[in-house]
Amino acid sequence: MSEHTLDTSRLLCPMPVIRTQNKVNELSDGDTLVITCTDPGVLNDIPAWCRINGHEVIGTEKNADDIIITVLVKHL
Amino acid sequence: MSKQYKAAALISGGLDSLLAAKVMLEQGIHVEGINFFTGFCVEGHTAAIRKKHQDKPKRNNALWSAEQLGIKLHIVDIVEEYKDVLINPKHGYGANMNPCLDCKIFMVKKAKQWIEENDFDFIITGEVMGQRPMSQRKEVMPVVVNESGAGDLLLRPLCAKNLPKTKPEIEGWVDREKLLAFHGRNRKPQMALAKEFGFEDYAAPAGGCCFLTDENYATKLVDLWQARSSRDYEMDDIMLLKIGRHLRPKPYFKLIIGREEGENKFMQGYTKLYTNIKTVSHGGPLCLIDGPVDKADLEFAAQMVARYSQGKNEAAVTLSISRVGEEPYEITVQPLSADAIKQEWHV
Ligand code: SF4
Repeated sequence: MSEHTLDTSRLLCPMPVIRTQNKVNELSDGDTLVITCTDPGVLNDIPAWCRINGHEVIGTEKNADDIIITVLVKHL
Repeated sequence: MSKQYKAAALISGGLDSLLAAKVMLEQGIHVEGINFFTGFCVEGHTAAIRKKHQDKPKRNNALWSAEQLGIKLHIVDIVEEYKDVLINPKHGYGANMNPCLDCKIFMVKKAKQWIEENDFDFIITGEVMGQRPMSQRKEVMPVVVNESGAGDLLLRPLCAKNLPKTKPEIEGWVDREKLLAFHGRNRKPQMALAKEFGFEDYAAPAGGCCFLTDENYATKLVDLWQARSSRDYEMDDIMLLKIGRHLRPKPYFKLIIGREEGENKFMQGYTKLYTNIKTVSHGGPLCLIDGPVDKADLEFAAQMVARYSQGKNEAAVTLSISRVGEEPYEITVQPLSADAIKQEWHV
């Protein structure tokens, strides 16, 4: 159970989702992934991707310049 | 217990692929979606950038479709490999720069690889015979089957009854009788089926799935290739073609001028990669310069940018010019007059 980070700044959807997907696929159940994004589209797309694939969004932080989403990995 | 067969569905985010996958789920097939990202997909990019569109919900239609279906979706980045499809399409382009037939063949070929790697049994697509002028004509349906290498593992549930039997039908993995015989451009049968399945709020029925079908976008792409004397592109090029006002006053350089705050903000991320000009004395747009420029070109570009600033009617506007890796410097110029901006400069 370890924490990992991913920076998707400047990338537009669906690239942040693709990077999240590829990174999560390398992680184990119980790991967390903290994703930094700048495209507000991720506020819809990353939770939707998590719902479909069984993972859980456990934190969303909106700052002036970026959005930070934390995902708890739970492979179906 | 009988084996549950597994199908990989190409999910574009449109209605047809949603329905095709649903038809398979109804037959008890295990379905997972694959969505290919070429870099040109219309997935709210511009909406994400432009501030005035930010009140509209931005959803990724492929993810939305998968959620409606209750299936997994695998989004595959094919940006690099797709270049060859777009630059050298064996079957040519459609109305604009859309190499639809080669694109379809390529995607089905990738899906074939995917099912082999992931131990799936067959591939489904939402194609409907005769629906699209280039990639779904009756004569080309077998071309996709053959050139993709998918052969009889490619099933099109929405028009299967108009086509030769595929392996899933021959082997009885799916019931051909319950497949459909849609054809032509009439969208009513799809809409009726959507209603039957309870799907609402699906993406625009016949909506184009990529920017390459857009005339303005295609013009900008061709302009880029001509200016560089090379039919190549990078991801940043694809993105920047989607935003801003593009003006080419000389064959070797163009200006990309932000049209509003959201675009300026987005373009800010490119200021380390491109020579750029900002107005200092007045409110105004950010401008990125694409192409090699000398001092005189930059002064002229500054006059053009000043024209799009709030100081456009003033005698003098001060701008900051920043070349990649160099200290920015300021310049004061008279804005170009409206008629000095030639119509043919607009890309
Ligand atoms: S519209 Fe674009 S994504 Fe769709 S088949 Fe044609 S080239 Fe491919």
